[in-house]
Amino acid sequence: MPLIRPFGLPEFWIIVMAAKWTVALSAIAFAGGGLGGLLIALGRVSDSKWLRGLATGFIRLFQGTPLLMQLFLVFFGMNILGLAINPWIAAAVALTLHASAFLGEIWRGCIEAVPSGQREAATALGLRYVNRMRYVVLPQASRIAVAPTVGFLVQLIKGTSLAAIIGFTELTRQGQIINNATFSPFMVFGTVAAVYFVLCWPLSVLARRMEFRFSRATER
Amino acid sequence: MYTVNFAPVFAGFDQLLLGAWLTIQLSVAAMIVGLIVSILCAAGKTSGIAPLRWVIDAYIEIIRNTPFLVQIFFIFFGLPSLSIRLTPNSAALVALVVNFGAYGTEIIRAGIESIQKGQLEAGTALGLSKLQIFRYIIMKPALRTVYPALTSQFIYLMLTSSVVSAISADDLAAAGNNLQSQTFASFEVYIVITLMYLVMSTGFSAIFAIIEKAAFKYPLSR
Repeated sequence: MPLIRPFGLPEFWIIVMAAKWTVALSAIAFAGGGLGGLLIALGRVSDSKWLRGLATGFIRLFQGTPLLMQLFLVFFGMNILGLAINPWIAAAVALTLHASAFLGEIWRGCIEAVPSGQREAATALGLRYVNRMRYVVLPQASRIAVAPTVGFLVQLIKGTSLAAIIGFTELTRQGQIINNATFSPFMVFGTVAAVYFVLCWPLSVLARRMEFRFSRATER
Repeated sequence: MYTVNFAPVFAGFDQLLLGAWLTIQLSVAAMIVGLIVSILCAAGKTSGIAPLRWVIDAYIEIIRNTPFLVQIFFIFFGLPSLSIRLTPNSAALVALVVNFGAYGTEIIRAGIESIQKGQLEAGTALGLSKLQIFRYIIMKPALRTVYPALTSQFIYLMLTSSVVSAISADDLAAAGNNLQSQTFASFEVYIVITLMYLVMSTGFSAIFAIIEKAAFKYPLSR
């Protein structure tokens, strides 16, 4: 077998199939980040000064530092805590924290966009915090939130590519591996980019369309 | 058991400071060139020449829907196939410019479109000269509209630039990688570097906020 093999259909399919790990990692980070983001957003708009400060600090920290460093810190931090270094878990944890901060900030804006009269009316009707949030504020905020959330999902999918640097074999890392075997970087990274484009572009279009429809529905 | 020890990190702190300076230089250079690209593309997009608009739209969509890491791999490893060979540092700059340009174009275009024709006409009616109209009626409001988006895009660019260490271009993250491989104090090195990025991004946003207050302090409407 020659040392360098050509870039053919099998190599193409190996790269395309690696997209499933990108999708899986994005899904985990999005689900975890959704939960974390909700907590952060609620903390950001809470009446407690401490909770607000904590949530604000969390958002500042994750929005003010590179995602790559966040990945490195979780990756090497696991070692300090005495855990075995595992790129899968490190990437999932780091991306979940990252997504929590960004979704928290996006959703805070959406919650604050709900007119305060709604909250006051709910309080006047005798609804306590949980029911007020659950039945009055969050349903209205979630309508505003859909478009920017889908927009962030695109950013998150692109962000998963950095997991390749800590050695998690997703789409980009698989591209690097195939490139080492075939040495046709133009084809390999062109294919990798095309697969990301196929994943992200429909979401970008969807987000834009929803934003447009929403802005038309709410103008007047 | 791992013992946390910051001593080797501070012994090599001058390397990190140099890295931070390189990151700032790289980001500022990419921002300046990227802005020129953005202005040209925004002008092209609003020019009304359809094929030009399609090309620019394709550029924007491709860049915005693929990861920066793949873009830089493509530029650094892929372009030599077309006999375009770049050093890691110039590939890093090119990749950051190309990336920033796609986002900047949309920001600049929004700024151009934010100026209503009626404002220009009002300026003429008030007897302002062409230069005054350009300066006070076009440039100032347009800059004010795009300023917040542009500055946060710059900070995003600076944070993204850490990825250039993946092709071993010189920057703060690369300085960290080097120090880490000399000292094996991985966690300590990266926590210090992360804090340095945090200081840079909050520092820049504070400077940008001061500039905004000084330059654009006049009533918005009514």
